[in-house]
Amino acid sequence: MKDNNAGMSLLFKTSAYLIIMLFSLACLFPFLLMISGSLTSNESIIRDGFHLIPKVFSLEGYKMIFTFPDQLLKAYGVTIFVTVVGTVTGLFLITMTGYVLQRKDFKYRNKFSFFIYFTTLFGGGLVPWYIMITKYFNLSDTYAVLILPGLMTPFLIILMKNFIKSAVPEELFESAKIDGAGDFKIYYSIVLKLSMPGVATVGLFLALTYWNDWFLSSLFINDTSMYQLQYYLYNTVNTMLFLSQMATGTGVTLAKEIPTESTKMAMALVVTGPIVFLYPFVQRYFVKGLTIGAVKG
Amino acid sequence: MLKKRGFFYELNKNKVMFLMLLPTVIFFLINSYFPMVGIYYAFTSYDFAGGLFGSPFVGLDNFKFLYQSGALWKLTINTIGYNVVFIILGNVLAIAIAILISEIRGKLFKKFSQSIMFLPYFMSFVLLSVLAYNMFNFESGFFNQVLKSLGIAPVDIYNTPWVWPILITVFYIWKNLGYSMIIYLAAIMGISDEYYEAAKIDGANIMQRIWHITVPMLKPTFVILLLFALGSIMKGQFDLFYQLVGNNGLLFDVTDIIDTYVYRSLKVNFDIGMATAAGLYQSLFGFVLIMSVNYIIKKINEDYALF
Repeated sequence: MKDNNAGMSLLFKTSAYLIIMLFSLACLFPFLLMISGSLTSNESIIRDGFHLIPKVFSLEGYKMIFTFPDQLLKAYGVTIFVTVVGTVTGLFLITMTGYVLQRKDFKYRNKFSFFIYFTTLFGGGLVPWYIMITKYFNLSDTYAVLILPGLMTPFLIILMKNFIKSAVPEELFESAKIDGAGDFKIYYSIVLKLSMPGVATVGLFLALTYWNDWFLSSLFINDTSMYQLQYYLYNTVNTMLFLSQMATGTGVTLAKEIPTESTKMAMALVVTGPIVFLYPFVQRYFVKGLTIGAVKG
Repeated sequence: MLKKRGFFYELNKNKVMFLMLLPTVIFFLINSYFPMVGIYYAFTSYDFAGGLFGSPFVGLDNFKFLYQSGALWKLTINTIGYNVVFIILGNVLAIAIAILISEIRGKLFKKFSQSIMFLPYFMSFVLLSVLAYNMFNFESGFFNQVLKSLGIAPVDIYNTPWVWPILITVFYIWKNLGYSMIIYLAAIMGISDEYYEAAKIDGANIMQRIWHITVPMLKPTFVILLLFALGSIMKGQFDLFYQLVGNNGLLFDVTDIIDTYVYRSLKVNFDIGMATAAGLYQSLFGFVLIMSVNYIIKKINEDYALF
């Protein structure tokens, strides 16, 4: 009986290691292919296809990008600006809202909560929203349109509300009030400090959404110097695709002069780079925050 | 009379808190409630000069067209179908992987594999489309290189509609597995060791311990995630579908969801009335679904109700 159990355990653990390893590899594999592609000469990609190890090593993709870096740098600038301003503003508003909505002595908290939650149940849809922004607010080609729509989501507000509820004991509000602290003072000197893990998680959610956004650019931005980074990548990919298709279609050897494939890969890597570098530090907070949120409900 | 006094009394007493809420209220009012007025476009044949109330009223013509062209049925089936597969497969795999990781002892391996599986969640969907292209494009994709080296004729995946439901599902799992896995893993970590110790003493083997302790203990987390997902079953994963399929009309039959249809109607065809109608249909149908789901849940178990 005991032996049987031990044997089963061993078998189970071995297969667990194998399966996890397999899944991890599957998650990593496309990235490796991309990195290798960015370091392969364009001709080799077209001739031999993508491989895990470059067949003909070359940096021409990177050279291509850094010969004309203006647009890329501009897109970086736009994205960093939008991400920082949006995340800071959004965090401020979300934490304030979460704080007020969980104050038991705020009589209308449930009504306001429902006012916010209802927007996830029913909405006007994409088109009326699009027309409102372009036609009635005239926000096309502004930084505001890249920042404002992403400031808050009902999900993040509820998440923040629950964080604060679990991080700040009810009695603390009472005693702070008796000590003469105002509602705003309680917020910034007590609530914010005690719910830092929650603030970090919500902040990361916001920052990630801003950094990875391409949708708002595609809807509202015509001025290429205001493209967000991901939309810039999207456009580069499509341009390169167009160029290489034209080359095969017409026989014009434009694609030979422009290393379309390796440029695409290099661009994808340059655009993704910051997330990969920050990932080890950021991931910890993310997991911690999600864990608290999941356990506490 | 009394109630009215109550409100102003509250407003005066808690003016700071009302002030703190004000920006949020304005935000949702403008961003979410104002556009609801524009639902009216769905009943017009929109022209840019006329604007909101100057466009000709056409009644239910837009809906009639959507219905008669067969688009409505196809989009609904696709949107709900994909979401059902995502929900089932996504959760089952996430639970399985979370259980496997929780049973592994090697700390470094555990940490490392978790990090790797969570990585795709942080990537943008534009990058996802690039990665998909590397794998599956006809001329240089990795998949076809493997086929060639095995002596099999290469396949033009971007011209083969039937594989796309599988590919889209695979990429969905690839991107989201790490996220849901971590939520389940957190729930497993919250299970008291005492249960496992007691089971061990009673001679339960590892499979029995998982099946009779871990799996039942994950039920609440699973139900909550499931209900949230059911509530938004009419909302498609726009980024995923649009970045993978784009405007490749060959694949629309099996990959077009309401969200991609609306986006294309707006950006490519400029068919405002039709796009609004499709969006309104999605919103209304989704609303009715959530309300019904919530009503049923409330009957079964009040604790799990969404609102």
